[in-house]
Amino acid sequence: MAREAEETGMVTGSKVKKQRKKKVKENKTRIVHANILYDHAKGEENPNRHYANNKIKTTKYTLLSFLPKNLFEQFHRFANVYFVFIALLNFVPVVNAFQPELALAPVVFILSVTAIKDLWEDYRRHRSDKEINHMDCLVYSRLERRYVERYWKEVRVGDFIRLRCNEILPADVLLLSSSDPDRLCHIETATLDGETNLKQRQVVRSFFDLDCDFDPSKYNSIIECEKPNNDLNRFRGYIIHRNGRRDGLYKENLLLRGCTIRNTEEAVGIVIYAGHETKAMLNNNGPRYKRSKLERQMNVDVFWCVIILLVMCLFAAVGHGLWMFQYGDKRPVFDVLSPEGTDLSPILSAIYLFLTMIIVFQVLIPISLFVSIEIVKICQVYFIHQDMDLYDEETDSHLQCRALNITEDLGQMQYIFSDKTGTLTENKMVFRRCTVAGVEYSHDANARRLAMYQEMDSEEEECMSHGGTLTRRDSVTSHQSARVVLRSQSTKSHRRTGSRAEAKRASILSKHTAFSSPMEKDITPDPQLLDKVNECSSQLDFMRFHSQPMSQLPSDLSDIIDFFIALTICNTVVVSSPNQPRQKVRMRFELKSPVKTIEDFIKRFTPSRLTSGSNSSSSSSLITNRSSNRGCSSVLSSPSAESTLTKLDEERPARGLEHAFSPVPPNYEGKTWAAEEGELRYEAESPDEAALVYAARAYKCSLVGRLPDQVTVELPHLGKLSFELLHTLGFDSTRKRMSVVVRHPLTDQITVYTKGADSVIMDLIKPPSTGKRQRKIVYRTQNYLNLYAADGLRTLCIAKKILTKEEYACWLQRHLEAETAIQGREELLFESALRLETNLQLLGATGIEDRLQDGVPETIASLRKAGLQIWVLTGDKQETAINIAYACKLLEPEEEILTLNADSQEACALLLEESLHYIQAKFLCTSTDQAAKTFHSEFAAFDIYPSSPPSSSSHTSPFTVHRLGLVIDGRTLAYALDKNLEDKFLAVARSCRSVLCCRSTPLQKSMVVKLVRNKLKVMTLAIGDGANDVSMIQVADVGVGISGQEGMQAVMASDFALPRFQYLQKLLLVHGHWCYSRLANMILYFFYKNAMFVALIFWYQFYCGFSGSAMIDQWYLIFFNLMFSAFPQLITGTLDKDVSAETLQQLPQLYMNGQNSEEYKPYMFWMNMIDAFYQSLVCFFLPYFAYADSDVDLFTWGTPITTLALFTILLHLGIETKTWTWMNWASITFSIALFFTVALCYNASCPTCYSPSNPYWTMQRLLQDPLFYMLCVITPLAALLPRYFYRACQGTLFPSPVQVGRQLDKLPSETRRNILSLSRVKVGAQLGPKPPFLSLLKPFPKDYNHKDQKSFSNSKTAQGCQGPVLQMDNVGKSHQKGQSSPLGVTHSKKGLSDPYTFVSTEIDTLPYTKEAPGHTGDWITSTPLLTQGDSVQVTLPPAGGSQCVTYKRNSEETPGLDHTNWNISPFF
Amino acid sequence: MKEQQETANRPDNTAFTQQRLPAWQPMLSAGIVIPGFVIIGLAFIGIGIALFVTSQNIQVLERDYTGVENNSPCFKCSDPSTKNCVCKLDFSLDKLFEGPVFFYYGLSNYFQNYRKYGVSRDDRQLSGRLDNFQSPDEGCVPYQYDANNKPIVPCGSVANSLFNDTFKLYQIVNGARKLVPFDGKGIAWWTDHNVKYRNPSITPLKNAFNGTVKPTFWSKPAYELDPSDPANNGFVNQDFLVWMRRAALPDFRKLYRRITEGDYKNGLPAGNYSLEIAYNYPVLDFDGRKKVVFSNVSWMGGKNQFLGIAYLVIGSLCVVMSIVMLIVYAKFKFPDEE
Repeated sequence: MAREAEETGMVTGSKVKKQRKKKVKENKTRIVHANILYDHAKGEENPNRHYANNKIKTTKYTLLSFLPKNLFEQFHRFANVYFVFIALLNFVPVVNAFQPELALAPVVFILSVTAIKDLWEDYRRHRSDKEINHMDCLVYSRLERRYVERYWKEVRVGDFIRLRCNEILPADVLLLSSSDPDRLCHIETATLDGETNLKQRQVVRSFFDLDCDFDPSKYNSIIECEKPNNDLNRFRGYIIHRNGRRDGLYKENLLLRGCTIRNTEEAVGIVIYAGHETKAMLNNNGPRYKRSKLERQMNVDVFWCVIILLVMCLFAAVGHGLWMFQYGDKRPVFDVLSPEGTDLSPILSAIYLFLTMIIVFQVLIPISLFVSIEIVKICQVYFIHQDMDLYDEETDSHLQCRALNITEDLGQMQYIFSDKTGTLTENKMVFRRCTVAGVEYSHDANARRLAMYQEMDSEEEECMSHGGTLTRRDSVTSHQSARVVLRSQSTKSHRRTGSRAEAKRASILSKHTAFSSPMEKDITPDPQLLDKVNECSSQLDFMRFHSQPMSQLPSDLSDIIDFFIALTICNTVVVSSPNQPRQKVRMRFELKSPVKTIEDFIKRFTPSRLTSGSNSSSSSSLITNRSSNRGCSSVLSSPSAESTLTKLDEERPARGLEHAFSPVPPNYEGKTWAAEEGELRYEAESPDEAALVYAARAYKCSLVGRLPDQVTVELPHLGKLSFELLHTLGFDSTRKRMSVVVRHPLTDQITVYTKGADSVIMDLIKPPSTGKRQRKIVYRTQNYLNLYAADGLRTLCIAKKILTKEEYACWLQRHLEAETAIQGREELLFESALRLETNLQLLGATGIEDRLQDGVPETIASLRKAGLQIWVLTGDKQETAINIAYACKLLEPEEEILTLNADSQEACALLLEESLHYIQAKFLCTSTDQAAKTFHSEFAAFDIYPSSPPSSSSHTSPFTVHRLGLVIDGRTLAYALDKNLEDKFLAVARSCRSVLCCRSTPLQKSMVVKLVRNKLKVMTLAIGDGANDVSMIQVADVGVGISGQEGMQAVMASDFALPRFQYLQKLLLVHGHWCYSRLANMILYFFYKNAMFVALIFWYQFYCGFSGSAMIDQWYLIFFNLMFSAFPQLITGTLDKDVSAETLQQLPQLYMNGQNSEEYKPYMFWMNMIDAFYQSLVCFFLPYFAYADSDVDLFTWGTPITTLALFTILLHLGIETKTWTWMNWASITFSIALFFTVALCYNASCPTCYSPSNPYWTMQRLLQDPLFYMLCVITPLAALLPRYFYRACQGTLFPSPVQVGRQLDKLPSETRRNILSLSRVKVGAQLGPKPPFLSLLKPFPKDYNHKDQKSFSNSKTAQGCQGPVLQMDNVGKSHQKGQSSPLGVTHSKKGLSDPYTFVSTEIDTLPYTKEAPGHTGDWITSTPLLTQGDSVQVTLPPAGGSQCVTYKRNSEETPGLDHTNWNISPFF
Repeated sequence: MKEQQETANRPDNTAFTQQRLPAWQPMLSAGIVIPGFVIIGLAFIGIGIALFVTSQNIQVLERDYTGVENNSPCFKCSDPSTKNCVCKLDFSLDKLFEGPVFFYYGLSNYFQNYRKYGVSRDDRQLSGRLDNFQSPDEGCVPYQYDANNKPIVPCGSVANSLFNDTFKLYQIVNGARKLVPFDGKGIAWWTDHNVKYRNPSITPLKNAFNGTVKPTFWSKPAYELDPSDPANNGFVNQDFLVWMRRAALPDFRKLYRRITEGDYKNGLPAGNYSLEIAYNYPVLDFDGRKKVVFSNVSWMGGKNQFLGIAYLVIGSLCVVMSIVMLIVYAKFKFPDEE
């Protein structure tokens, strides 16, 4: 219901504006008092009375205002104003052309259609508003001293409301009390952002310690907060208590309208924002109006139509003036004097005539075009919605078109900007391998398992395609068999793939838990590591048993156990069991530690407590503390450390070491543990976290419970261990890491576990001078990290730090200060976190695989073949991104890669400059032909017809796209996006076939899109799945959201929402192409049709003294467009398929048709106009001569012309229609029948009406006239002969690619497949050999390489340029392959000063190799070779002070692991 | 049940929604186009020949009698100041003019299709409504009321400009003039005469026109248009009806009489004829021309060779195009015939 509220709350604009006006007197904040204080005052003095109440009204109109308001809105459209103007002009007697009432008909028709549509929509909104307004909630009533049921609409700002579990919030409410012992309240925000995980909200701090029930009557504080705004993630304010104390309010205290209360029995809050001022309502912006490119183009031509119209009118007016003038004083008998009986001067009558002609020729501006386009678009949207191929069975979702008016833009895309994670990949993070203490555990079995998923996917697809029976190969291992059985039960769908069926099953089992498909959960442990873990824990167990200090454990073993503990607890994963779904789920604290006050610290860490054994867990002790020490009376007392310190000192719940080992902490008994029988479920906010927890569980190190202040972990041999959770420093994107501070139950040390991006963690590692072992670990781990990244894995480093009590106390002191600070709290907390996370000890690193979605490489390949430039904008690190890019065929092995990494503006400028030079030198001068040839080879599919050149389509831009990839990182991107550099950047980027922007922020993403869109004037499509893609999606011409695992924010912002990336192929190549070509053809046809019809009357002006007379009856004139010729074009515009879906997908090149706007080019408009004029000449003059010298009367002559025009127009449509379904036939038949029926009825209806034409019995007589039939045969044919001849010649002699596609369609499917495969072979043959320019490169001696680098760097420094990072990797070599790689380091003529990197790889050393089971034994073969071979890294320190050049040559003694950029961290 | 819920959003798998409706895809390839063009071309040539021959058999006799030239018999009448001028137009036929012969008068450069002229009438009045006799339609302005503010019936410019030349045809038989009888019935549309135009049902008809005046240009009121036949008066007068049906083009002809009776049933025999014209209608001030036309008709109307020629031309064009295409096609040898 709340969802509906959102849907319907689209139009709040004017309302809100009005309410805003009311509150001008308030300044910047809103002050909320409790309403109960003012109940008797009847609202007069209630300070809240100015605020919006909770009644929502999303309707636009009331009964009274509907007509004027709706008309007013419709007149915003220029066309409507024009038509009304024309209609009104008809009421002026001197200029009128038609019966005024009749002239109104089309306008009224169109306005009323729109009005009815609006009315219906408004009614729906009204109904849902009513429903929402009448929902119930509990509001505190002062009179009755209890909570009473009220309607939502009666809730006002300042009311206290009580919320129960699973209730929907009626307004934005400040949480004052919760039944939860931790004073928390959980909400589900699915209706706001689509995220199904629970969010945690906290009671306002001053009410935190209130133990008894909250009593509203005692509340007397004042709340001062921000004015209503639409930022869901921000809320700031103060609560001012009577005693003058102020407390900060944060977004954690605010419950938002539309959310659902979960897991909290009862909560009480005060309404802060109500109705339209709630954040949810302010966020409803309604559907966006975008104007498609086609429509923009069309509007230009509409403008031309206006010009043509004016020219024609002017011509007629001048002609009329002259005609009048020639008679002079002689009064012909047929002349009509002015009403006064005087003669009108020729000039005056010319002016009048001009206006009359505008009325007569009004049809030239296609009145029905706008309506027709809308109808066609709605139909197109319907068909896209209905497409089975775009339906995802797993999630039961299909494509959603959220923007209704840009379907044809899909067919004209030129650039695609894609997010990576969740868009190209599944966002299913799977633990893949790890390294602990410098030792790599390759997890081969795990790799095989993942490979198996892959295999089974394809296998199943195969099975399905062969008749749908599921026959399994025997080779499936036992590990898989259970799953296979399960899967084979679901054989219904013909398109379902293995892992997806499975995922579906999984989603049934655990409906709400994200990131928990079997693939993500079932991790096969590495036997070696598993052994070590077992050994380690048994030793620990032994030591514990014998009360030996834990520090005796060998350091590598302790590292292992620490590593897994860190994996298990350093996260915010919530544990629940399927038996009690979400009953008592404990969630994390964001940046908030369970150690809340200094007294907590003292309480917990005083020595007495450590030594004296007590049995209470800290959590329970805290609660008892609260209740015993603070009564309700002390709620508002300041929690000053001094006052309570002494008090708390008395109570020291002692706690023994042995108790930490107690298998079951007392307060958990029977609750969480009951879940043991069922499988524990982990609810994680990010998939990485879940993956790591599942990984740890595979090593029997499982997270079994989490409370705000305690994490329970089950370890082998050791049983359950409870870690006292002292602080959680949540993840944020600036720090790129998170930490937990716990007290280790075994060693009783205060330990910090940190997990984060390798780039940051590595910098925070304690300098390796401490020991050889440590240094080695760091060194090796770094190497493995590089390896993982090269393998396309997401890497995380795990580190720990042990704090002494003093250190901790010192830190805590300042941390608490930060926490209690009111101003700049977030910054202080951030600094506090920075202080803690230093001097870490590296434990290990993990590699998580994010699998590509099904069909991504194929989709990208075919989109690229379709001429789309694909840019990937990702937040991932460079290596990961590059390798994913290889995996999804974004980069191809034979491509050169230009890497731009700079750390200053100047360096960036220089890099761009050099790259540009390089590209020019390389491609434009030396091998323009070559490049062109390479590019053209993409069109080879059309070389079946040698004479058909691949059309000029490829040259839309002066730049040719080279086989070149550009990789740029976020920092460099920031420089490149600078005003001065953006042109250069674009020049470089546009010549590259693919561009990869790594480490880019959401803002950068949108800036890139904006830049490309505005500067290159191209059509852009942005696709993404997460909140970080929203800005990009909004900026692009077409935004596509993936309705994946990361919530709905991207979808909400998008124009189209897809369930999976691969559907983009069909959406663009098929639906986009169709929509575009249909609409383009329809628009052109419309222009033609109207021009043709109007021109008939124009020609007649030459024979009627330019008097504005029409031989076509006014009825026909007006209804010709609206009725007689309307339906066939709608049918064609909706259903016509120029090429079948199969061929469009097999020949993506056909998409270029739309990219280059080939269906609707400016000259086509004029060609159509000329054709229209020609056709109208034929339609006019054939009857003219045929009836010359006869006694034919005006309308007996005009009606055949109308009929002929209709036939011609319909036949014209017939020529343009590519596929004739029965609906086309029916519509054309219907049109003709309708015309004759209407004509016959009209001509028989009234003998004396319809002045001046008065066409009584005309049609009836015509039908008896053989001449009429003779004309009907010859005229359309003569009129269409040129077009038909042109089409026939074009189709036969010079077929366009689309026509070739159509001809392919006609062939039997076997033949077609043969031809297509043939053409592919051709393409392959041309693409196979490496681009010729590479052959210019000579093999590069190793030492030369080195020297060269040096000289280069010197030259750089000589130029005074600091900072460009140069990376020259000779990747083509692998140790297995020996040194025989023909591809040396690529080296251009200007190589000495070229600051870019060429990464050339051979096809067979494709870096991203999904490790096939079998030859994973040797990791070197399976890992990408990016980091192998010679790698030289030259860095200039960004500071610019020192001119020293550090470069490292990889050492040969560490085989294969020689990437050396860790200590200089070139990418960040 | 559960399964159904799961797939609630699943689209219908029908040919329509999946856009798989069976369709005919006409392909403009040489194999279809060339034979098609040839067949159409030949058919058109056939029709064209038939039309042309038919048209060729129609006899037409046209005489201009405006009297612009000095030697023209009606020259004396072309001066607008002469009243009740009668001129004689002599012509001879050297063979039988086959009947039924239609006798037209024709006007050139006369814009009956002028927009304001066309509006200037009152259809209600013409259908005999007496209300409109007293207050004619606004459209008739300035021929709505006369200077004395009396309503004009029939009002409007169209009626006002009624063509009022009259013709009498004599055959000169041995020097004697023998009147060729004209058939003035049924020259107007049947629906005009019987449905659209009606006289008020007042007898005598004259009374209906009480309080009204005749149009300015008219010499006699509407109820006295045809003294010979009382039924042919008022708004149902055939000549009036013919005139009221506005011509489409500035050069037009209108049927005046038919020659279907007596000795002339089979047409006008060869011989000398004299057409006596009561020259009343002024056309010279707008450079108009007047003419008389004798014509017989075929199934497709009067003599008009254009349509036959058009068919022939279009038909030949089709054939030529197909030949051109054939040549080009043969030259390029396209592989789609494989």
